[in-house]
Amino acid sequence: MDFLRPASWEEALAAKAEHPTAVPIAGGTDVMVEINFDHRRPEYLLDLNRIADLYAWEVGEDSVRLGASVPYSRIMEHLRAELPGLALASHTVASPQIRNRGGVGGNLGTASPAGDAHPALLAAGAEVEAESVRGSRRIPIDDFYTGVKRNALAPDELIRAVHIKKADGPQQYAKVGTRNAMVIAVCAFGLALHPETRTVRTGIGSAAPTPVRAAAAEDFLNAALEEGGFWDNGKVITPSVAKQFAELCSAACNPIDDVRGTASYRRHAVGVMARRTLTWTWESYRGTRRTIEGAA
Amino acid sequence: MGTTGLPTNITQGVRTKGGIGESTLRPDGTLKVTGEFAYSSDMWHEDMLWGHILRSTVAHANIVSIDTAEALATPGVYAVMTYDDLPTDVKNYGLEIQDTPVLAHGKVRHHGEPVAIVAADHPETARRAAAKIKVEYRELPVITDEASATAPDAILIHENRTDHHVGHVPHPNIVHRQPIVRGDVTEARERADFIVEGEYVFGMQDQAFLGPESGLAVPAQDGGVDLYIATQWLHSDLRQIAPVLGLPEDKVRMTLAGVGGAFGGREDLSMQIHACLLALRTGKPVKIVYNRFESFFGHVHRHPAKLHYEHGATRDGKLTHVKCRIVLDGGAYASASPAVVGNASSLGIGPYVVDDVDIEAIALYTNNPPCGAMRGFGAVQACFAYEAQMDKLADAVGMDRVEFRQRNAMAQGSLLPTGQVVDSPAPVAELLRRVKAMPLPPERQWESSEGADVRQLPGGLSNTTHGEGVVRGVGYAVGIKNVGFSEGFDDYSTARVRLEAVAGEPVVTVHTAMAEVGQGGVTVHAQIARTELGVTQVTIHPADTRVGSAGSTSASRQTYVTGGAVKNACELVREQVLERGRRKFGTYHPAWATAELLLEGGKVVTDAGEVLADLVDVLGDEAVELEREWRHRPTEPFDLRTGQGNGHVQYSFAAHRAVVEVDTELGLVKVIELACAQDVGKALNPLSVVGQIQGGTTQGLGVAVMEEIVVDPKTAKVKNPSFTDYLIPTILDTPTIPVDVLELADEHAPYGLRGIGEAPTLSSTPAVLAAIRNATGLELNRTPVRPEHLTGTA
Amino acid sequence: MRVNFTVNGRPQEADDVWEGESLLYVLRERLGLPGSKNACEQGECGSCTVRLDGVPVCSCLVAAGQVEGREVVTVEGLAEYAARRSCGTGACEAGACGTDSGGTSLDEARRWSAQGTRGTDSQTGEGTELAPIQQAFIDAGAVQCGFCTPGLLVAADEMLERNPDPTDADIREALSGNLCRCTGYEKIMDAVRLAAARQSEGA
Repeated sequence: MDFLRPASWEEALAAKAEHPTAVPIAGGTDVMVEINFDHRRPEYLLDLNRIADLYAWEVGEDSVRLGASVPYSRIMEHLRAELPGLALASHTVASPQIRNRGGVGGNLGTASPAGDAHPALLAAGAEVEAESVRGSRRIPIDDFYTGVKRNALAPDELIRAVHIKKADGPQQYAKVGTRNAMVIAVCAFGLALHPETRTVRTGIGSAAPTPVRAAAAEDFLNAALEEGGFWDNGKVITPSVAKQFAELCSAACNPIDDVRGTASYRRHAVGVMARRTLTWTWESYRGTRRTIEGAA
Repeated sequence: MGTTGLPTNITQGVRTKGGIGESTLRPDGTLKVTGEFAYSSDMWHEDMLWGHILRSTVAHANIVSIDTAEALATPGVYAVMTYDDLPTDVKNYGLEIQDTPVLAHGKVRHHGEPVAIVAADHPETARRAAAKIKVEYRELPVITDEASATAPDAILIHENRTDHHVGHVPHPNIVHRQPIVRGDVTEARERADFIVEGEYVFGMQDQAFLGPESGLAVPAQDGGVDLYIATQWLHSDLRQIAPVLGLPEDKVRMTLAGVGGAFGGREDLSMQIHACLLALRTGKPVKIVYNRFESFFGHVHRHPAKLHYEHGATRDGKLTHVKCRIVLDGGAYASASPAVVGNASSLGIGPYVVDDVDIEAIALYTNNPPCGAMRGFGAVQACFAYEAQMDKLADAVGMDRVEFRQRNAMAQGSLLPTGQVVDSPAPVAELLRRVKAMPLPPERQWESSEGADVRQLPGGLSNTTHGEGVVRGVGYAVGIKNVGFSEGFDDYSTARVRLEAVAGEPVVTVHTAMAEVGQGGVTVHAQIARTELGVTQVTIHPADTRVGSAGSTSASRQTYVTGGAVKNACELVREQVLERGRRKFGTYHPAWATAELLLEGGKVVTDAGEVLADLVDVLGDEAVELEREWRHRPTEPFDLRTGQGNGHVQYSFAAHRAVVEVDTELGLVKVIELACAQDVGKALNPLSVVGQIQGGTTQGLGVAVMEEIVVDPKTAKVKNPSFTDYLIPTILDTPTIPVDVLELADEHAPYGLRGIGEAPTLSSTPAVLAAIRNATGLELNRTPVRPEHLTGTA
Repeated sequence: MRVNFTVNGRPQEADDVWEGESLLYVLRERLGLPGSKNACEQGECGSCTVRLDGVPVCSCLVAAGQVEGREVVTVEGLAEYAARRSCGTGACEAGACGTDSGGTSLDEARRWSAQGTRGTDSQTGEGTELAPIQQAFIDAGAVQCGFCTPGLLVAADEMLERNPDPTDADIREALSGNLCRCTGYEKIMDAVRLAAARQSEGA
């Protein structure tokens, strides 16, 4: 095993180009577990800790450019307003110690369906900034996950940042685990209201081979909200709408039975979380509308 | 000498008297908070090698061949050993039945069984070499339950059994069977107005101590070996290790290294023999440290069980009879299974008076992971089932669940189903009364002005509910645990106590082989020495095999038995000191001959408080030292047909009330409070007593809602050998645990004390289950209960 | 490979480090600092918690090569770290905080032993200067087997640094990455409350 310690992003790209099998290591919270337990012996470890750029974020007009290695604890602390869904998801990641090391780049690189950030990224809308010595490109999050622990990166590419749409409405995130802290998701659900486009986006984790959006559920809800004039009148969501949305979210799952939970439970729990997060976000949206109207 | 981490004497001087009954602080506390306390995995020796174990990848197979050539040729590798390299004819070990191969011979019987061992200059070198060992297996069908184990044509897990249980078991794949029959259940059933039946399942729990199996073996010039090890019983290890090495016991010198928890999981050997074999083979010190993955294969677990119960009661709420059958899965090797069967059967109906009982408990041999000792030891599984039954039956009778228990509660003078009289206080009804009388925690504590605090709700930080679906439930349970080794075992301990003057101060040294695993035995020994010898300065000598056996740190027995041995030795030292005082100073004061003399504050005083002499003057330059064995009252085996017999020496009782909040839609549970009332006889160290009760309670909580080793029934392979998927409670899963300590002395025990460590682990689990049933209305006949069980999605 | 970094204020050098080694392994097996514990080596128990450039992390999941040039505080340095903090930066007398920058040679570090050299009682460590959180753990009975203790101390000390007056829920959240199997956490809660109370009295 060789330990590569690039001092800059350019050096990192060069190293990855030279050794496409090199495994990038940033927070180490996935890679080191595999090494400690003898599950993996990469030929090269590519340490990204010395690249300061990866730990920085910029808040732009429409989106946040989040460096791949920004630790979850910093997202929770500093980006709660801009990225509320991701901040909530960050808070459910493992333990304080892990949140101090791990970042979204690692979740994306590993591309485990159980990665906590994925549902929040899917719901908010994001693009992954991937780069190699050949150049830089932006991969829409919807195209990023290609299979169980597989993603759209080319062997010579590294994740530099994620561009996440700034919240234009309430976002929520919930995750089921069989413990009240430090637990891998049995399943997870993210939901974002986008009042500007009058759309709702979702993300489901750990309930399919890859993180997925509940497209049919989104379409249904978008239509129902439009039809009922909900965005304008700010009425309480009808229970039947919430129920059907939840059922469609469950139907979007393609889960397995494993030691963490049954497929049947996962489908069920995703439905419950879909209904609850819809209620929470919508109530919040109505509250905001009332506040705005009250001020006007 | 280049060894680090060697245990040293721990001296504790206290200004206060620091005797029994006070909450003195741990003598090893400072070392433990500074990181200087040397655990078994911290041992280091210059020039040491690292040992590594190659384990079977399948559960049941014949070994066709093992090829170690490539591994042995790896640079940095010093030794590779298989069964063929074992030095003597003794190739097995085991606590009671020596059925466990040191290294697999021709066959593996469970997933993760040791097949070969490697010593190398770096752990990674050892791992890579082990990976180069080629083992060819021819797989056999796996036996995973009672049906497959006892089928007429079942493959025998152990052929040619010669142990002393084989003569009375109905099938060679049954390790031991203990029936207990008293009265006439058929007749009693006729008197029952209500009968309830239930089938219960208890999952496989892991001790999950945090300090992994580890140790350092150092070859000695005399051909022997020095072993620094974390264990629960040094002398039991020694008895099993020495014959395999072909060494007399005095050439295997064992010293207890720091122990990072045990809970039963260190009662059996793990890497002890392997480290010694490699050290003797290479002539170099060898360290072995399991990682967490390996630890799940490296020690036995709590027996999973299937339990069938039938309870009957009259209209006025008196139990008529209990009939039950308890099937424990012992896995591939016997370990402590026979004794676990003894406990499960003799304590199988709980702390209740029932004249007519018919109990049967068996332990199976299967290809599942071997199971043995864990805190609660056979009494835990039964308690989960009989307490569920008691709730069901109370409901059938139409009586309050606590009142129903109290009406049938055992008391001093009651008979166990074994016919044994409970001859010390048994305040079962009082404990229930006390735990029920504690104020209930306020409702909806998660509500705040800023909305719901998810940290206090089911799901916790995962943000699954803001109060939706949350229902509160309350449940009660009580249990009975035996203290000490039962069934006629010669359960003794040994203490060596030395009293001497050092730099003008009297100092006591207490030397025992007791394994301090965190329970606080070292604290208590110092307290006993202070009380008995009136000396503030007490040195606790490291535990080793240079003193007689202390027995195991298990069965809630150490404070009773080794504490008793220390007390006894101190009393004898005191007699000798006073005798010396009489010889030296007797002529100066008549009280030497006439008064009752005590040792207090470093002086010889009369019972009237008159000081006769300074202890240091009595002692002079000559220490008083002696070593003595001490035993509790003898017990006897249970009759193999009827289960009758005075098998136990003491009992421990605890009751719990659990308050839970369940997210009924998602099936997530938050335990809000787990109140406990326990009779401890006499709290030698109240702070430690409460700590033990809270810790035991939490392990019971774990197996109620999350802890289970999952074994694939098709392959007998473990599916979750890691802390990612074997979950134990975090601080956010653990509630407040108010403890009400009752002290009713047992006149047969030193200071009236009662062994306390295990009882709280029994009743905590059924109390939590009862509370979840109360919240959800579901029957819930298995533990741990998982979200899918609460949502109909299993 | 060779790794140079600072541990508890002293420069350290580890040689012949295998590239897959963790910071935890280097501390325990190469630098003679076994206080950080190896309970799970998968980031699920917190026993190996150290501060890396001030931030609590699981040292089992930090590759040794990643700490090149960085600062690590372990439980062995916690008392000194806490003393420096209470002295304030730069306002401290050398005697109290120790400004020894000579470093500990590998050889010295390897001769680490339970006897230690600090304090007045070399056997129990009595008289050893402790951080308030360390003393509180002893006083409250929060130590049983003690294997989780070093990690909990580092995590709890850092929480009290950020949040001197934590609620119970705050304490539970901050320590939710540290497993304890012995105590049921109640006495750990007591210890942190005690340390917070003593700290606020002292302030």
